[in-house]
Amino acid sequence: MSGKIQPSQEEIELETRRFKSTATPELQERLYVHSVYNDIAQHFSQTRYKPWPMVAQFLGSIPDYSLGVDVGCGNGKYLTVNPKLYIVGSDYSTGLLDQAVQLHQKEFNDLVVADGMMLPHESRRFDFAVSIAVVHHFSTKERRVAAIREILRVVRCGGRALVYCWALEQEKSRRGYREGMEQDILVPWVTKDGTTRMRYYHLYKKGELEEDCVAAGGRVVQSGYEKDNWWVIVEPL
Amino acid sequence: MKFLTTNFVKCAVKSCDASDLSFPLKYEECELQLQEHDFNPEFLISMLPRLNWDAVVQVAADLGNTSLPSTKPEGIENNEQLLKDLHSLLLETQIINGKMTCRHCGHIYYIKDSIANFLLPPHLANS
Repeated sequence: MSGKIQPSQEEIELETRRFKSTATPELQERLYVHSVYNDIAQHFSQTRYKPWPMVAQFLGSIPDYSLGVDVGCGNGKYLTVNPKLYIVGSDYSTGLLDQAVQLHQKEFNDLVVADGMMLPHESRRFDFAVSIAVVHHFSTKERRVAAIREILRVVRCGGRALVYCWALEQEKSRRGYREGMEQDILVPWVTKDGTTRMRYYHLYKKGELEEDCVAAGGRVVQSGYEKDNWWVIVEPL
Repeated sequence: MKFLTTNFVKCAVKSCDASDLSFPLKYEECELQLQEHDFNPEFLISMLPRLNWDAVVQVAADLGNTSLPSTKPEGIENNEQLLKDLHSLLLETQIINGKMTCRHCGHIYYIKDSIANFLLPPHLANS
């Protein structure tokens, strides 16, 4: 939120109609996720510096010198939370990765550009995975399940993944999304020069993330709600 | 991209997943740079069992280093020189620019300004 004028409800509805008539989910994601993040990367990154407590706790619980991936690492803010982990962070947005290189590239991490649906990693190679505020950007249920399946593919037997998605139930936040509302939405981002870009989100409702993890072939170990998000710790079967 | 990471990346094409040839990638025309980091023997001792040593040897050879032992070294805890060599190779050697080719499908990926790019063109993304 930059304090600049937010778009009106009509403008959001018009853009939502355009989004819904976009030909394929891949194109929807290109126009309403990838291209937006590339354009807003620098400004967005300045607002993303504080690790969410649950993520920090998960990373802190992993044994020293474990090997992990951060799928959709954005500006890399989780790569250095536990400096004793070797983490390969990946993101589709080159704009966000440029921010990650500047802010968080250290001796025990690395950064690659990759599609979360096609991770450039061997199966079962990593001890753990995190994917924070990423899966909700895939625009169909099939693709969200496939994205979780791909994360689980690279985690070894007995390893764990933390997946974190925006919740529909966020009555206490200023945005006021709540049960019963539309789950597939566009969220405006007003840039410093006053232009508005809209990002696609699927707002997860209670129980849905667990359901997608099971559909992806995972076993849910733990799940919960934190700061307008649902999270799960899931392991590959 | 750090040398160490070459041990953790492969071809992103789905139909290459089942092929042993898709890992490691073949590294060519690479521009290397040494970036100094604090020496941490504990990290290397923990990491060594996790490495695919054949891939380490192969990628090192791609980059012009043929001095590595062909089998994974053992008992490195007390071998300070070897630990320092591994530190320098795995963590300090950065591939700044270069290309990586899948030995299975032949697709070429590029490393630019130290960042490897594994995004695929549409015709490969759905194969």
